[in-house]
Amino acid sequence: MTDQPALCVSHVSLSYGPKKALDDVSFALPRGRFCALLGPNGAGKSTLFSLLTRLLVTREGTIRVAGHDLAKNPRAALARIGVVFQQPTLDLDMTVMRNMRYFAALHGLSGRAAATRIDASLDRLNMRERAGEKVRALNGGHRRRMEIARALVHSPEVLLLDEPTVGLDTAARRSITAHVHQLAGEGLTVLWATHLVDEIDPADEVVVLHRGHVLKQATAAEIAGNGTLIDAFIAMTGGKDEAAA
Amino acid sequence: MTAWLAALYAIVAREALRFVHNRGRFLSALVRPLVWLVVFAAGFRAALGLSIIPPYQTYITYEVYIVPGLCGMIQLFNGMQSSLSLVYDQEMGSMRLLLTSPRPRWWLLFSKLMAGVAVSLLQVYAFLGIAALFGITVPALGYLYVFPALILSGLMLGALGLLISSTIKQLENFAGVMNFVIFPMFFLSSALYPLWKMAESSDLLRDICAVNPFTHAVELIRFSLYGSFNGWALLWVVTGTVAFFLLALVGYDPARGLMRRRG
Repeated sequence: MTDQPALCVSHVSLSYGPKKALDDVSFALPRGRFCALLGPNGAGKSTLFSLLTRLLVTREGTIRVAGHDLAKNPRAALARIGVVFQQPTLDLDMTVMRNMRYFAALHGLSGRAAATRIDASLDRLNMRERAGEKVRALNGGHRRRMEIARALVHSPEVLLLDEPTVGLDTAARRSITAHVHQLAGEGLTVLWATHLVDEIDPADEVVVLHRGHVLKQATAAEIAGNGTLIDAFIAMTGGKDEAAA
Repeated sequence: MTAWLAALYAIVAREALRFVHNRGRFLSALVRPLVWLVVFAAGFRAALGLSIIPPYQTYITYEVYIVPGLCGMIQLFNGMQSSLSLVYDQEMGSMRLLLTSPRPRWWLLFSKLMAGVAVSLLQVYAFLGIAALFGITVPALGYLYVFPALILSGLMLGALGLLISSTIKQLENFAGVMNFVIFPMFFLSSALYPLWKMAESSDLLRDICAVNPFTHAVELIRFSLYGSFNGWALLWVVTGTVAFFLLALVGYDPARGLMRRRG
């Protein structure tokens, strides 16, 4: 089981009517790696995330999470995924702790077991001292950190983050990116969707997605070659200045 | 099973907490039926003579007649309010959080239904309490007997709300639901007038009322409040609940696509 990739996407396609949003997408993530799903806006990243979290399903292709087929055994697969959606999914008028408890219960955790895991997750993101605050009182960076902490409560093997730094200032963006890289360093497999190359370290795995196709999978350093990652990315996708924003 | 119950409890507690925090919603939920009871019923008391019809054993005043209908009205509005909050959740993203839980989707949606029912029970009992202060009471045991009936009628109306929420694409479209679902369902039912009264003006109207599931929810509540059992109404309500819930499940099926439409 441990030899299997943490996340394996094989020949996945999905169409919205006549438009093909994903076309024969395949990639595999080894365990304990930070992998960036890099693509310009409209590349199909959010569609792929909807498939990975089973908000959408497709008949074409398979997705396996820690060896569990998402179509055949969705509950086992979903239990091993932690998700941070692009759009915030917090109850603003409830405290951080209540939000965490709600999520823990959705994953079947309650009582002391939930409390222990929630404390540990908040500690990992340096958010424990905020547990009693209402989410509305937190700034954007702290809300995001809270969402990441929440996604870790049920000890997932794979953490999916869909453009988690959207709308954050530079300092918060850098801090969150560093935190998640650290989580990958501790053994978590991370899939981080982004169109911003400065969030990617040279050693990170990168899957370049463009117009529903996987153009390349390699480390950022390999993709960059002798140049920079941004130049390589623009050359591959024909993008302009967005990647550097 | 403990994990399932933990999810159910969390979803119900979240909804109840949101309701309690929102005093405006609680007040409007109470004011609406009370206006009907105190103002509307007082004005129509003289105009509407009522014969003795089951489950009543004697002549009753119009205020007494419409109490079960107003209980149903509270649940109808609450069902639509829950539907609105589901559409809001879809737009705000918290629905995604719910649907990516590793519990079966039908259970998560059923838990949502139960949350709406719990909130509606709070409202109905608060309304019955205030009605009692106005001197409009039912037999003491009726308050107990009506409990399971309210759960069933709340489930049916909540399931209808769930079904509607699966078909509405945007929050802005919700006003249409008021015009095309709530008002016809309420007025074309036995909530305000008994069916024989409807038949006096039009047999067609009576027939429409007779096939309106809301009529049967109201009758189930009415009979229970007086310690009687109405098997026909029960059959209608259970059938309605199952049908609406199954259709809602289709609407929330990831293969068909709630989120597909939303991109």
